Amino acid sequence: FIFDFFNARLHFGCSRMQMYPLEMEGNSNPKTTNKPKYSKFTQQELPACKPLLTPEIVIAAFALIGALFVPIGLASLHASRQVVELVHRYDASCVPVDDKVGFIQNSRTDKTCTVTMTVPKYMKSPIHVYYLIDGFYQNHRRYVRSRSDKQLRYKSAAHLTSDCVPEGDTADHAPIVPCGLVAWSLFNDTYTVRVNGVVTQVNKKDIAWKSDKNNKFGKNIYPSNFQKGRLIGGATLNESIPLSEQEDLIVWMRTAALPTFRKLYGRIEKDINANDNVTVVIQNNYNTYSFGGSKALVLSTASWIGGKNNFIGIAYLTIGGLCLSLAMGFLVLYMVKRRNFGDPSNLSWNR
Amino acid sequence: MQRFVYINDESCRDSYRDNRVSNTKYTLWNFLPKNLLEQFRRFMNQYFLLIACLQLWPTITPVSPATTWGPLAIIFIVSASKEAWDDYNRYLSDKKVNERRIWVVKDGIRRQIKARGIHVGNIVWLHENDEIPCDLVLIGTSDPQGICYVETAALDGETDLKTRIIPSICADLSSEQLGKIKGVVECPNPDNDIRRFDANMRLFPPIIDNEKCPLTINNTLLQSCYLRYTEWACGVAIYTGNETKSGMSRGTAEPKLTAADSMIDKLTVAIFIFQIAVVLLLGLAGNIWKDSHGCKLWYLMYPAERPWYDFLVIPLRFELLCSIMIPISIKVTLDLAKGVYAKFIDCDDQMFDPETNTPAHSANTAISEDLGQVEYILSDKTGTLTENRMIFRRCYISGVLYGDKTGDALKDARLLNAVSSKDPDVVKFLMVMALCNTVVPIKSNDGTISYKAQSQDEEALVNAASNLNMLLTSKDSSGIAEICFNGSKFYYEVLDVLEFTSDRKRMSIVVKEVKSGKFLLLTKGADEAIFPRSCPGEQTKTYLEAVEMYSHLGLRTLCLGCRDLEEDEYKEWSKKFQDASCSLDNREHKIAEVCNSLEQGIHILGITAIEDRLQDGVPETIKLLRKAGINVWMLTGDKQTTAIQIGLLCNLITPESKGQLLSINGKTEDDILQSLERALTIMKTALERKDLAFVLDGWALEIILKRSLESFTKLAMMSRTAICCRMTPLQKAQLVGILKSSGSLTLAIGDGGNDVRMIQEANVGVGISGREGLQAARAADYSIGKFKFLRRLILVHGRYSYNRTAFISQYSFYKSLLICFIQILFSFSSGLSGTSIFNSISLMAYNVFYTSLPVMTIIFDKDISEATVLRYPQILLYSQAGRLLNRSTFAEWFGRSLYHAFVVFLITINAYADEKSDMEELSMVALSGCIWLQAFVVTLDTNSFTCPQITLIWGNFVAFYMINLILSAVPTLQMHTVMWHLCNQPSYWITMALIVAAGMGPVLALRYLRNVYRPSAIDVLQQIEQTDGHAQAPGNLESSTGTYLDYLLTDLRRNKSSIHQPLLSDSASSR
Repeated sequence: FIFDFFNARLHFGCSRMQMYPLEMEGNSNPKTTNKPKYSKFTQQELPACKPLLTPEIVIAAFALIGALFVPIGLASLHASRQVVELVHRYDASCVPVDDKVGFIQNSRTDKTCTVTMTVPKYMKSPIHVYYLIDGFYQNHRRYVRSRSDKQLRYKSAAHLTSDCVPEGDTADHAPIVPCGLVAWSLFNDTYTVRVNGVVTQVNKKDIAWKSDKNNKFGKNIYPSNFQKGRLIGGATLNESIPLSEQEDLIVWMRTAALPTFRKLYGRIEKDINANDNVTVVIQNNYNTYSFGGSKALVLSTASWIGGKNNFIGIAYLTIGGLCLSLAMGFLVLYMVKRRNFGDPSNLSWNR
Repeated sequence: MQRFVYINDESCRDSYRDNRVSNTKYTLWNFLPKNLLEQFRRFMNQYFLLIACLQLWPTITPVSPATTWGPLAIIFIVSASKEAWDDYNRYLSDKKVNERRIWVVKDGIRRQIKARGIHVGNIVWLHENDEIPCDLVLIGTSDPQGICYVETAALDGETDLKTRIIPSICADLSSEQLGKIKGVVECPNPDNDIRRFDANMRLFPPIIDNEKCPLTINNTLLQSCYLRYTEWACGVAIYTGNETKSGMSRGTAEPKLTAADSMIDKLTVAIFIFQIAVVLLLGLAGNIWKDSHGCKLWYLMYPAERPWYDFLVIPLRFELLCSIMIPISIKVTLDLAKGVYAKFIDCDDQMFDPETNTPAHSANTAISEDLGQVEYILSDKTGTLTENRMIFRRCYISGVLYGDKTGDALKDARLLNAVSSKDPDVVKFLMVMALCNTVVPIKSNDGTISYKAQSQDEEALVNAASNLNMLLTSKDSSGIAEICFNGSKFYYEVLDVLEFTSDRKRMSIVVKEVKSGKFLLLTKGADEAIFPRSCPGEQTKTYLEAVEMYSHLGLRTLCLGCRDLEEDEYKEWSKKFQDASCSLDNREHKIAEVCNSLEQGIHILGITAIEDRLQDGVPETIKLLRKAGINVWMLTGDKQTTAIQIGLLCNLITPESKGQLLSINGKTEDDILQSLERALTIMKTALERKDLAFVLDGWALEIILKRSLESFTKLAMMSRTAICCRMTPLQKAQLVGILKSSGSLTLAIGDGGNDVRMIQEANVGVGISGREGLQAARAADYSIGKFKFLRRLILVHGRYSYNRTAFISQYSFYKSLLICFIQILFSFSSGLSGTSIFNSISLMAYNVFYTSLPVMTIIFDKDISEATVLRYPQILLYSQAGRLLNRSTFAEWFGRSLYHAFVVFLITINAYADEKSDMEELSMVALSGCIWLQAFVVTLDTNSFTCPQITLIWGNFVAFYMINLILSAVPTLQMHTVMWHLCNQPSYWITMALIVAAGMGPVLALRYLRNVYRPSAIDVLQQIEQTDGHAQAPGNLESSTGTYLDYLLTDLRRNKSSIHQPLLSDSASSR
């Protein structure tokens, strides 16, 4: 790209004889003129349009932006409000004792916990089930780079664990598949959902990106040496299922950019009516207690704009409103304080 | 140090180098190391190399090392391939020169060899129109008198033919003998002085002549000149290859740094300091966060034992993250832009001079911005402001002012009568005009005679004499000059030429009248050089008055004189002259002394007055430039009165009542200093009311520089105009130096060899490829055909270049800061760990591909049209004062990038929160936000949209999506399918629109308010352009020059005393 440009510069369409011809007599010949070839390009005379920021244009532009933004904002807000969302934070309520860290780290305690929610509005399927974690830095530099994408993709690359420190190899130098902190800290709470006491299937198929399943996680790669070390981070993996089918892992490995994030747990493919009772039995295994994070269960429908997010709608309404008021303000200013546009008397040549 | 060259002696061939000419900077082997070394001399490159090396440490690098190595490599490859291409072309032209076939005589046999095979001491045989392959001492020519003609245009740019003569010792050698002679030439070591060659030559048996024969530059044939009008010539190689005089004078000029460049460097340093501060702060905060909070995050598995350098890791990571704050591409982008500006200058057909067939040319492609910031123009007079086409107009002979009424002496009936009646005074006067010169008459086949002269004045005099029937018909090499007067022929033998130098200010010849055997000294020169040497009792007063009067008319005067010599006196003097000519050291001074002893008791014959017309368009150009706020000074070697007249004619100084000319003058040193102080006081009090200027001469300047430099600098800073006369080339350069050292941007313009030093010293050197040759044009950064093109060069090209560079450089900082601020903001939500929000490919491509092309479109941008600029030249103040690139404009861009970073980041993380908060997606959203914003920023700051601009701005936009959609198809990349996902989401496009509206809305509103309610002059002019619609065409601005000049000239002639006298009313003393 840059080379093309460079070359274009060298042959700038301006052909001309050598600047200092040694044969000075050559100059007297009227046929060989050194006059540069005329082209609009080299003479910088290309036709140009010169829009100015005249009051008319600017006021019209702001009014137009305002006129466009307000309806879009209303539509987005409407779409966001259509979404029915149930958020239930359970990290505190699911631990009955004061020593929460000790509780969660003890592998023998029963960590089953039941939460009940009432659905305020009719929820149309598919209903997304998310887990929400707050205060978890999946974007931390030490964490986000501790993975080996090659190992996940190619069978022959199982030994490529150098990026995965400190969770690359086992104590006896066998490569961990999948290696790295990201996989090691895999979320391991599980949810069983009952609607009005009836067990409802949470479909965990196709919760990951199709492209991730097809291209990023190998179909012939099976977990090995995973969670076999001294410290157990999160969930274990079934060693008989290839990585491309371990959708929870794939979802988890698509790291979040912010310390508060939701990840898809599964989908309920059944409508839930208003005032239905949703009871969720949670296996509360995952440790967010030692770093003061929180966990929540989210059930949500979706609209064209995605999940419930009022930000875009509000931002559009704000900006649209501001633009309209700016247009109004400029209009008033234009009426009150008329300026002679392009008045030479405005020219001052003071340094 | 001496060099002994043994002629035709193979045994000493190895002591000096062969004739291989090499202008190349590199060889195939040292190209890489040498070029790399050269490039790494730049601070920026060193910095980026350090960053790139740090990135090799995987613990600290936030992104793949390719993000810096890639662009760094591209930048290096671009600069290196440019260098390599230039060098390869030099190599090719060298090869052509080196492979040329040249005839060489060895052992009496002529053989043809390649030019590079010539060794010192070889005898080289040249034919007519051959290019001379190395520096030779002439030993034989086809001409029986032993002269030959060379054209030295390639060496000094002088287009006239020069005569070269064989040393007397070789005068009688036959061509067979020439091939076999042996001898030794004793000469100085190679130097670059093309006007000096002080050497001796001695021949060995069998040609027994043990006398040392002096050699001068007139006995040499220098490399790269051409042999003309001579069937053959042969010479001994003295200096070969790169050691020749032309090879030694090829120097590589120091690269000039423009004011804009140094401003950019300052900003770079400021950003560097800011960056270090940010890095230290974030590094410290990061370490604290890690110790207080990070350790609790079990999923990070911080080890209990940490290496000693652990506290460095986070600051270094931030250093790498922030390294993009300094845009890696800025140098390349600016270099490309500057190259285009230079091409625009080269291709400007409005700066093409059809008369001399010369287009404008920018030899230095890097300093176009300086043209737009020029504060002082220092101009030569002769050939720069004037045409340097000398026409003999008037003369004063024995009390009669010829040409007084008609304005042309050649048409004055009284003079024609005097010629036909053979008035002895007039005849003698004409004889001096025809003879006392170094003109070469060339007879063409049809019998007409043309003259080749080194000095325009001499040519004018000889031509005038021939029009008055005193025809110089031929000059042969034995020194016999033939003169034809009224049909009868006279012969004179030219014995000696006492050459003209700028110190002597006169030249003389000694001739012997063949018929009578009488010896005569004919002389011509400046009045102050001749009058003190006139014989006592001569009435110099009337001549002085005539000189005064002529110079008031702006004419160049020469005083002619002659003296009869006794034969004995001449013989005695001739011996002394010979000795002086042979001396090896201090030759010039000795010769001048000897000459002076003969040039005494001169009988003054009369005064010639030669007109040098002003160049077309000069007064208008100077008026325009002065209106544009540029101070124009005239530096000339000419007389004060002539200079003042020319100054009046070309609008440089304003006549009395509106203007005042302060003369700094005096008989003694103290007088001069007093008048300087007085001028300074007047300047301080009256500057507002009057157009003040000062005038001083070379002598006064010398004393002032020695005694009172400080007050002179003060005066120079205040004075908009100055006329400095009788300046030597060195003094011209000194004046430039004074202005430069006080921080002003200077432009020197000249046409002759005497301006070269000033041109090289100034920030911008402009050469006029004029009649005095191309020497100035070659030394200059820009060469133009006429002074009037300076107007376009400065107001159009210089101004646009400055505006464009100001935008490009600040925009480059803006886009780098923008992406860097986003990284910093992101680091607050990633635990201050130094994670990069953008992936490596995006970071690399952002600087190199996504943002460099749209900004290049600004090289087509014109804020206001050329016609408007020429109509309101005051607008140059903006670029002159650096209003578009300074701290406050940069602060504006800085603030804008900070604001935009907040807009992009906050909108992105809020719109892509919760379940959408995927690292790859978020990063692409933020990146596309930056791309959208920058496209709109460029659009808003573009003043005129042409096709390439629209194509590049929006084409780049399309290209961004194309590239990312294609990259999304690559399964191995992390961003696989990300862009596809995004483009399918309505919320992505809605977010982009939000970013643009929130980012550009306030910018647009502020811009609008400023444009309408506090407009800058540029805004007003844009509005005027728009409302007027039909701005005046540039052609209309050029008033009819001829009539204006005629008006001025006639007006001046009519009131010559009344205008001139009050002008000098405040001078300390009048001469």
